[in-house]
Amino acid sequence: MIRLEKRPQASRAFSLATPVLAVVATMFFGGLLFATLGKDPIASIVTIFWEPLFGEFSFFYRPQLLIKGAPLVLIAIGLSLGFKAGIWNIGAEGQYIMGALFGAGVGLAFYPAEGFHIFPLMVLAGAFGGWLWAMIPALLKVKFGTNEILVSLMLVYVAEQFLASMSLGLMKNPEGFGFPGSRNLQQYESAFNADLIEGSGMHWGVVAALIAVIFAYVLLTKHRLGFAIRVTGEAPRAAKFSGVNPTRLVLFCLGTSGLLAGLAGMFEVSGPAGQVTIDFNVGYGFTAIIVAFLGRLHPIGILLAGLLMALTYIGGDIAQSQLGLPAAAIQVFQGMLLFFLLALDMFTNYRLRFGRTEVA
Amino acid sequence: MKFTKLLTGAVLALGLATTAMAQDKTKVGFVFVGPVGDGGWTYEHNKGRLAVEEHFGDKVETVFVESVAEGPDSERVMTQMALNGADLIFTTSFGYMDPTINVAKKFPNVKFEHATGYKQAENVATYSARFYEGRAIQGHIAGKMTKSNIIGYIGSYPIPEVIRGINAAFIHARKANPDVQFKIVWAYTWFDPAKEADAAKVLIEQGADVVLQHTDSTAPQAAAQEAGNVVTFGQASDMGQYAPFPRVSSIIDDWAPYYIARTQAVMDGTWTSGNTWDGIGAGMVGIGKISDAVPADVKAEALLLKASLADGTYHAFTGPLNKQDGTPFLAEGEVADDGTLAGMNFYVEGIEGDIPQ
Repeated sequence: MIRLEKRPQASRAFSLATPVLAVVATMFFGGLLFATLGKDPIASIVTIFWEPLFGEFSFFYRPQLLIKGAPLVLIAIGLSLGFKAGIWNIGAEGQYIMGALFGAGVGLAFYPAEGFHIFPLMVLAGAFGGWLWAMIPALLKVKFGTNEILVSLMLVYVAEQFLASMSLGLMKNPEGFGFPGSRNLQQYESAFNADLIEGSGMHWGVVAALIAVIFAYVLLTKHRLGFAIRVTGEAPRAAKFSGVNPTRLVLFCLGTSGLLAGLAGMFEVSGPAGQVTIDFNVGYGFTAIIVAFLGRLHPIGILLAGLLMALTYIGGDIAQSQLGLPAAAIQVFQGMLLFFLLALDMFTNYRLRFGRTEVA
Repeated sequence: MKFTKLLTGAVLALGLATTAMAQDKTKVGFVFVGPVGDGGWTYEHNKGRLAVEEHFGDKVETVFVESVAEGPDSERVMTQMALNGADLIFTTSFGYMDPTINVAKKFPNVKFEHATGYKQAENVATYSARFYEGRAIQGHIAGKMTKSNIIGYIGSYPIPEVIRGINAAFIHARKANPDVQFKIVWAYTWFDPAKEADAAKVLIEQGADVVLQHTDSTAPQAAAQEAGNVVTFGQASDMGQYAPFPRVSSIIDDWAPYYIARTQAVMDGTWTSGNTWDGIGAGMVGIGKISDAVPADVKAEALLLKASLADGTYHAFTGPLNKQDGTPFLAEGEVADDGTLAGMNFYVEGIEGDIPQ
């Protein structure tokens, strides 16, 4: 007889070990999956995890890790604050889109003027756009008690419609022969979020992500607000007694996560993507939820988790073209990571007991 | 700056080195926007890839990555293919345009082929198919087959290619049946079976007994089959599993001849940049078997139309035609030029509703 028994206290060791175990389990079962597809499992895993970091062309892939990882980290940091406090912003994808639209909108409005003020204004606009979009579920929650999970998620689809409308209408490139999509900001120097050192992958979004990690760390460990977030998530009743204002906390957490998601969208549209297009959003807002949990809602953990997630994307594409692995297998592989994380996470609070149940 | 130069230099050197190494075998890369099993757009491009493999055998190696998001992800995938020694890379979605140009700049010795775009370079050619020729034939059959005189149309995105298809279908449906009305639903996706099925159901509920689609899944076919008396056409691929009814014919993209010819050109060293826009005549657009659900006389007319489009004696956009707002578009006997067709952003007279902005 095997049964689960609640631990008297959450196991700290297991809490730290879970992400590592989840990665190992994913490698093992992912390898099995690849083997059943007729591919060499070892070669597949090596291609995904080793090739981008230390392979022949790592000089190209390492910067790509930053490009792919930065938006994930930036968004996940914001989400983690709310998740810690039990405030669930599931709509970061929408806030990411709105940030990109606001940021790009400001840039395109200035076109073709050049000037040093344009990019900072775009950054502010991007942050504002994301914040504004997150304020909708926040205000509805504090005023009318609506569920922020549903409202923020549904607003993603609204944002996607805005994105399509902008690509086809207001922001459409007038020199684009009627095709959808805006001007390419990469060709507009004042608005281009270029690599700070060319070829390094280090654009302003990467810098912002690192700053966000540090700020979140300080906030959570040193600041009163960080204490309020933690205590609200762990013991809501105690939070009330210790004078935490839940309304302000909801506004802060949703607002901050929206702001950071908006920034991520703005840095993406003005840099690596370059253009407002109908399919601009590729799911960073949703993947960031995985990253936040994979990183244990801890700033440093999120930083590592974001890079790991980026690694599986980049390595996955390499495995596709070099080994002929289907894209679906790579997606299953990434899904396994979250699955094992959540499954193993249970052992933080529970442990397995073998033997008969004793009758007390 | 020095570091920059060093890096670009390294990329170039490696690009050169790897291409040089792969001289014996020509390596052809394909970047796909959807899964190869989508049954439509990507499926046909992948068939083209397989045809290249079959045609050249040991002399070529093909690689592909599927479901690649447009934007930075596609740029990374292309770079990766070039680094790994690809000689020729086909990028098969409109949204890959700027990324293709960016990567092509870094790898001057690798040839790139971008589908459905308008930006070319020394080593970037563009290609597309005149799907609208197939639409003309569909429109004719649809006009003859409808009993409710309402034809439903599932649009993907309101871009010139799709609008061109709607116009071509409408012009020929009206010619076949002056009472025909078009109802257009925009799905804002190229491939989303759930959304496409919903769109088809909405159109059928509004009385459409013919549903045309510019999206890639077979979901509208399934919805029509369920409804029972609704006619459909295969899109991008034959979708023959729904023949003879509801699918009565189809437009098939046949990229194989082009892919083989371009690969051959790279092998021979005769590859040059350019813009290819081929239709039924060159075999890039195929018309799937017209099923027996279509009356024999209608089928004969459709085949006649196909023959005249193929040999160039008839153009799908031949005047007199007016724009939706009543202003003249083409005079009697005048045909539309390619520039106008490429950027078409208006409906022809008779279509109701606005193109979404």
